[in-house]
Amino acid sequence: MSVLVYTENWDGKFKKLSFEIVSFAAAIAKEMGCGATALSIGHVADEELKTLGNYGASKVLNLQDNRFESLDNQALADAVAKAAEAEGAKLIIFAHNNEGKAIAPRVSVKLNAGMVSGVNGLPLSVDPFVVRKKVFTGKAFANIQIKTDVKVITFAQNSYEMHEQPTELSIEAFDPQIQDSEFNTKITETNKVTGKILLTDAEVVVSGGRGLKGPENWGILDELGELLGAGMACSRPVSDEGWRSHEEHVGQTGKIIAPNLYIAIGISGAIQHLGGVNSSKVIVAVNKDPEAPIFEAADYGIVGDLFKVVPQMIEAVKEMKTAG
Amino acid sequence: MKILVLISNVPDTTTKIRFSGDNKAFDASGVQWIINPWDELALTRALELKESGGVESITVVNVGAKITEPTLRKALAVGADDAIRVDAEPIDAYFVASQLAPLAEGYDIIMAGIEASDYNGSGVGGMLAEMLGINSVSAVSGLELENGQLKVHRDIDGGTQMLDIPAPVMLVVQKGIAKEPKIPAMRGIMMARKKPLNVVAPVAADARTEFLAYELPASKAACKMIDEDNAKELIRLLHEEAKVI
Repeated sequence: MSVLVYTENWDGKFKKLSFEIVSFAAAIAKEMGCGATALSIGHVADEELKTLGNYGASKVLNLQDNRFESLDNQALADAVAKAAEAEGAKLIIFAHNNEGKAIAPRVSVKLNAGMVSGVNGLPLSVDPFVVRKKVFTGKAFANIQIKTDVKVITFAQNSYEMHEQPTELSIEAFDPQIQDSEFNTKITETNKVTGKILLTDAEVVVSGGRGLKGPENWGILDELGELLGAGMACSRPVSDEGWRSHEEHVGQTGKIIAPNLYIAIGISGAIQHLGGVNSSKVIVAVNKDPEAPIFEAADYGIVGDLFKVVPQMIEAVKEMKTAG
Repeated sequence: MKILVLISNVPDTTTKIRFSGDNKAFDASGVQWIINPWDELALTRALELKESGGVESITVVNVGAKITEPTLRKALAVGADDAIRVDAEPIDAYFVASQLAPLAEGYDIIMAGIEASDYNGSGVGGMLAEMLGINSVSAVSGLELENGQLKVHRDIDGGTQMLDIPAPVMLVVQKGIAKEPKIPAMRGIMMARKKPLNVVAPVAADARTEFLAYELPASKAACKMIDEDNAKELIRLLHEEAKVI
């Protein structure tokens, strides 16, 4: 018996999410009385794989096969299911991100497993297996029991603190013998934005709304964002107007994020917007309308003209940095 | 090309969420129902592709009780050709996918939204593809048809990819696949009344999960207001009190 955790890599490297999800898997494995095995697909150096042991993984199944670079969902799901079977895994954990959402449902069918996605923190109990997640896009929580013997969950990023728990780690080469015929996704073009902080990874997010009045006014937001090392986001009207790309849209129908600090500038905070950001640890709002609903969700607020307030914020951050 | 769009019937996004019976059930009284926003974007793109030729028909399908029929009629009113309703309460993603599987054969493209805005499950599309033994692409933010070939845009962390993938395929779509959803015109609403809406009986399937209880989030402490001329104080608080910068 074991807990299998799928640890994807980004150009051969792991990141905070990887360590969070391994810490999470190891904590559940401990409660279930077994070990946590990580499955890594792609070219990751042994030195990097070993870092997973620092967070509680006791084994890594290392699948190096170039064919998986196309992220073919059918083939990936087959590989994960075969790893789960090889390990006798009773619980398979994915991140609740693009890749996890793509593969987990397929794996659950292959393994006759019940699935809950977007699990928020440790299970309430492991026997019966009950987990908690947000429903109605952050407006409520639900406690859900998975009734099957094998279980699949996806883990909501930032919902469990990573913690070091050095564990003896073995690395085993793994080859599930996937047939060529299972791969039929062909990538014809990849466009990656480099040098930008991923919105879903950002600890601080600076977000702009209609109050900015037009895309030409984003300079002050970009400057504040750069000073804070922040990811940039926007409200739905802003992306619908084409002022910013749809990838920056946070809210119920856009990205759901949970940074340490979310700074909403010129965003009124419609319920749909709040659904995408209400898991942030601290929310700051700057808006000229004191009645704007964003102030009900915010921890700190300034009622005022953003074109005056934001430049002051920039100066204050610069002073803070100089003061060290 | 024949397209099947999976439609989830969800509370309007502005709905105040309440529960009944010791927080064991969603209180649906007074709720306005809509097409799940992501499913609506999928349907919108399907309709655009049909308008530009190359798509023979668009079918919409939902698993739900009779109260979901207005939502299916709306999908017909904006241009879907026919609708299917599986007459059952959608208990969980596995149950829903099991109901859809026997009906989803024979389509070239099956589309669904990345999640439904009620239980945020993200499960049905991938489960259905696996049951049908066809491939799937998730986080799809664009779709074109070129001489009968699918060109799929997929979002990845920090970028996008263009893919070639043969039909039949399941596409799980998100924001970007289409812009504004279509608003039904009066003519569309009239025509929708005459379009076929077939009700089928459910197949035997067990749910694999059970919702035990719901809870509303704890109310938040009041917002600390700072004077508009004192942004410096805000930054100090974020640095020293909240310790987030």
